[in-house]
Amino acid sequence: MELLLLLALLDGLAYAAQLFMVAVGLTLVFGVLKILNVAHGSLFAIGAYSASTLAALAGTPWLSLLALALAALAVGAIAGPSIERGLLARIYDKEQVLQLLLTFALFMILEDVQKLVWGVQPVFEDAPVRALGPVVVGGIVYTAYQLILLPGLAVVCLLFLVWFLRRTVTGRMILAVAHDREAAEAIGIDSRRIYLLAFTIGAGLAALGGALAAPTTSLVPGVGVQTIVLSFAVVATAGLGQIEGAAATALLVGLGRSFAVYFAPELEVVVPYLLMVIVLVLRPSGLFGGRELRRI
Amino acid sequence: MVGETRVSSPLLEARGLVLAFGGVRAADGIDLDVNEGEILAIIGPNGAGKTTFLNMVTGYLRPQAGSIRFRGREITGLTPRRIVRLGIARSFQIPQLFTEHTVLENLALQLAAREGFWAPFAPLLSRARSERALALLERFGLGELASVRADALDEGARKLVDVAMATALAPRLLLMDEPTSGVAASEKHAIMDRLVSALRREGVTAVFVEHDMEVVARHADRVAVWSNGKILAQGPPATVLADPAVHREVLGVEVAPC
Amino acid sequence: MPLRLAFAVGFLALALLAALQPWLRFVLTLALATGLAVLGIMMLLRAGQVSFGHALYVAVGAYTIAFARPQLDDVLLLLAAAVLAAVVAGILVGLFVSRYRDIFFGMLNLAFSMVVYSLLEKLYWLTRGTDGIRVARPRLFGVALEGARYEWALFALALVCVAIAAALVARYLRAPAGEALSALKTRETRLEFAGVSARRVLFQAYVVSAGLAGLGGGITALATLHVTPLLVYWTHSGELVFVAILGGTANVLGPFLGAVVFELVRVHAAAAFPDAWQMILGLVLLGIVLLAARGLVGLLEELGRWWGRRV
Ligand SMILES: Nc1ncnc2c1ncn2[C@@H]1O[C@H](COP(=O)(O)OP(=O)(O)OP(=O)(O)O)[C@@H](O)[C@H]1O
Ligand SMILES: [Mg+2]
Repeated sequence: MELLLLLALLDGLAYAAQLFMVAVGLTLVFGVLKILNVAHGSLFAIGAYSASTLAALAGTPWLSLLALALAALAVGAIAGPSIERGLLARIYDKEQVLQLLLTFALFMILEDVQKLVWGVQPVFEDAPVRALGPVVVGGIVYTAYQLILLPGLAVVCLLFLVWFLRRTVTGRMILAVAHDREAAEAIGIDSRRIYLLAFTIGAGLAALGGALAAPTTSLVPGVGVQTIVLSFAVVATAGLGQIEGAAATALLVGLGRSFAVYFAPELEVVVPYLLMVIVLVLRPSGLFGGRELRRI
Repeated sequence: MVGETRVSSPLLEARGLVLAFGGVRAADGIDLDVNEGEILAIIGPNGAGKTTFLNMVTGYLRPQAGSIRFRGREITGLTPRRIVRLGIARSFQIPQLFTEHTVLENLALQLAAREGFWAPFAPLLSRARSERALALLERFGLGELASVRADALDEGARKLVDVAMATALAPRLLLMDEPTSGVAASEKHAIMDRLVSALRREGVTAVFVEHDMEVVARHADRVAVWSNGKILAQGPPATVLADPAVHREVLGVEVAPC
Repeated sequence: MPLRLAFAVGFLALALLAALQPWLRFVLTLALATGLAVLGIMMLLRAGQVSFGHALYVAVGAYTIAFARPQLDDVLLLLAAAVLAAVVAGILVGLFVSRYRDIFFGMLNLAFSMVVYSLLEKLYWLTRGTDGIRVARPRLFGVALEGARYEWALFALALVCVAIAAALVARYLRAPAGEALSALKTRETRLEFAGVSARRVLFQAYVVSAGLAGLGGGITALATLHVTPLLVYWTHSGELVFVAILGGTANVLGPFLGAVVFELVRVHAAAAFPDAWQMILGLVLLGIVLLAARGLVGLLEELGRWWGRRV
């Protein structure tokens, strides 16, 4: 029993770390651009597939770890700017429903791109996990990759983002635009550049989340939709645009799900949504979100 | 005094309303009575908290302290929907129109809101409803715009449609936020004349926020002067508008010696 | 009534097609079923809300028929059960999602549908997982029909359902609660300040849309005689949204025009590009959104105007 509890805890932690990486990108993009990128899950998937491919090519286990980072960087750097400049920039002043439809259309396209490039057979490459070997915690053998690297990177990522946004000039400009675009422009901030930057960071985080998740699971079509739905659940539960909130909620959802896996397996898929529904009924703007009222 | 207030106890009573946005005290202890049948003007500089007061009365904003009673009933904290059903309607400083609908449909939606809104298959623009909507529009000189889409109107017309929509709800208390701002000066008085005489005829109590002192002097029974979330003075227009302190406060917005 | 005329002409054209090309009967029946589901989506789009999970109600309708079939042997009763189940599901989910707008509305619907998808896949003992459930061909008015007759009957039934649904929805959209849908999109607060519950406006339309999707799902199940979890997969919801945008939201003709064109193209294109079908849909959707086009109905109107100028 105790062993099970510990196992659930470790699983939950590893899972939460992955979840946070994608969710935080989604929430950052929303916070700044006020657009929910439905294709965020596809970027995760493409990041994951690219990472698998690159890691398989890497040859040695240690190089394969590097390959993950490279893949994420490449996907973020290519997809981010081209999507933001090519598509999103055209619809910032349009109705919400059109923005949503646009990213949904992109999602449909990218899901097939991914199938055309990587096929529908499962793809699995765990060289990066093997590189780091196992660790033993309380009698349980676990991979260091999932137990140390993933949570470690998630924490680093959180700390870095918070530092970057609150302490650097560029970060503060991003926050200013997120808070009030017009006011930010009035004091000379180029919101177009901020949008580009924020979206690229968000896309990079999605790809990184995918790249890091890739070695722990076999990739199949549909990973994109699962990811967007799940990370939306995290982000909505936390409150849209909340970064630390996304971390706390990812932990909550990750643990909730892994405990469900061990103690109530039939509830596994439902747990994150159950949590979201309960939170949204009680607090429509999420656990950490505040309500904004339009001036009339 | 005692005997008088008994006879006509106020329709609306606001007591000690406080509401701060961050450091800005948009309402800083507002006490105000509005008596049945009177027409009260609210004046004051930009940012004084006039709109905030209307927002609190209509339930859009919840005061942090204080209470609001309407016909003796506590309405603080009720939703706008509940409050309008009790008989308080309002118009908006920034017109709030249904921009994909025509002017006539905008009015008809308000009329429908009072009866038969949920009848699933009765058309919005039934003959009877269209006629009533048109009659209301005529009062504001808007008859010709009936079939124009609301997003194609100019500022003044949008403003008047917005006010007409509020009157369509047939409230007991009508609150108007700068009803004729943006309306051409040449039409302003004629429209206000028609509106105010209709209100008096129908026994509707009204409060309107106004920057034009001429309009205030001509149409209000009483004036309340807002300043920094407080009421600086209130009384008959002649007295209040002659007060030098009021002049100083409202200066910068509009000086209209009467 | 040009709209009625358009429907009459359309029905005739479909009947003719179905008579000339027997295999089209099946395709067109599916198209009409899709159109019914899309009609509901179109109501929500009028309110500026897009549901990325409406295939949920299609699946509820279809699975209801699969589950009820062993007890019920009548096409009409089965369809009634499908609609009823979808309406109940729509009420349950609608009470929750009608509080939310925009992103939340779209994504919560997607989340619900994906949860149901997982359940349909996982609860094998109940649903037979991805294999799905076969539906024995039911009787119509107590008569057991063989192949072609059954197809004709179902096709005719679908046409009747479409005619009734389109007429009722068209009237509803002109009633206050229907007109209020686009009012909710443009100025929701003003509705509340008129004493109207915007939430109820959306909720009612949502329940109607669920019922329509259930009807569409029911007809689909009766036509294919086989239901699988794919009915509720996000790609199916995406197709429904796609057809709604393709057809246009200007009037009730749009969903059916869009659905017929969509299914006819799919029969050919999906076979030619099985792996790029979603991508093609995505690209067309992108084009419509970026060009702010008003769909096929908008195109028809343009055409009509152009013709009017020429004559
Ligand atoms: N929703 C809000 N959030 C933050 N601050 C607000 C909000 N509404 C009003 N304020 C602030 O409260 C103060 C009073 O605003 P209000 O709109 O009531 O003024 P007003 O008297 O109507 O001015 P005007 O004549 O310009 O319409 C202003 O400083 C305004 O910036
Ligand atoms: Mg104001």
